Amino acid sequence: MSYGKRQENKKWFLKGMRHGVPIGLGYFAVAFTLGITAKNIGMTPLQSAFMSFTMHASAGEFAAMTVIAAGSGYVEMAITQLVINLRYLLMSCALSQKVSEKMWYPHRFFISYYITDEIFGISSTVEGKLNPFYNYGAASVASPGWVLGTFLGALVGNILPDNVASAMNVALYGMFIAIIIPPARKNKVIAVIVLVSMLASGAFTLLADVVPLSSGMRILILTIVIAGIAAFVHPIEESGENTNEG
Amino acid sequence: MKDNFYIYLLVAAGVTYLIRALPMTLIRKNIQNKYIRSFLYYVPYVTLAVMTFPAILSATASVVSAAVGFVTALLIAYFDGNLFKVAMGGCVAVFLVELFL
Repeated sequence: MSYGKRQENKKWFLKGMRHGVPIGLGYFAVAFTLGITAKNIGMTPLQSAFMSFTMHASAGEFAAMTVIAAGSGYVEMAITQLVINLRYLLMSCALSQKVSEKMWYPHRFFISYYITDEIFGISSTVEGKLNPFYNYGAASVASPGWVLGTFLGALVGNILPDNVASAMNVALYGMFIAIIIPPARKNKVIAVIVLVSMLASGAFTLLADVVPLSSGMRILILTIVIAGIAAFVHPIEESGENTNEG
Repeated sequence: MKDNFYIYLLVAAGVTYLIRALPMTLIRKNIQNKYIRSFLYYVPYVTLAVMTFPAILSATASVVSAAVGFVTALLIAYFDGNLFKVAMGGCVAVFLVELFL
């Protein structure tokens, strides 16, 4: 690896670490709740930390705990995870186009290990192609927040004061907002997409009694429908690297 | 449950990893189709918007503090855009509002 290439990777790794800080803080707060649930169904702190390290998925882990607590079968576990985490399939498709074709192939296996909502959010919207070291930098900060939060939650229960925990819960949503609003300001198509998405999501939440959908399915269906319509109404004309202009 | 916890976890983590890894490892070429490319380009914006709203409104101890945190984050994101400032600004706004509720 050339010196310049190594400097480039280092730069992306550090940038990832910086962007990973608010993610890690938000994860830490959310993971506490997860740890408390784990404790309630009889998992040890180490088991819950291990689960968090191998899965890195909030809704998926909650669902896994429900299946374990109910003593349901392994097939049911597999189906539950498939349904709840299906949105990652779409995120993975999008990221497959965000990395360079020439990227060292094993990076694809490592990046896949840490496709969470938040990491996907920051890595799918970086300028130009995605350098894998950006993911690794973000993961090196965010993952410990998640794993440690679960461990402590299972060990001691919620030690954060209620108002601090309440405030920290907003951190993850704040990040999503920081990712989608600046491009929406520059690009009217994205602005409309963001607005329509929020309104549709709000409508489906209000109609939960009429159209019962889990949040994972709501995200998946709305993404396919809205991004699908947007692609036909306003397809991006150019090809190549410059996908940041609309 | 103690005995088979690790089998449960193996199944759950295995399925989750496969979902995340299959497209990433199988789609090695750049997709040329204009509509699929556009679709995938728009995916993150829809997904993140759907995940944010209305879920953010029930993330804190009260809808009021959450709404203030939401608007604060929107404003900081619009005028500044720095990830850390937006996330922390939202948190601080929620914290301050809840002090007075």
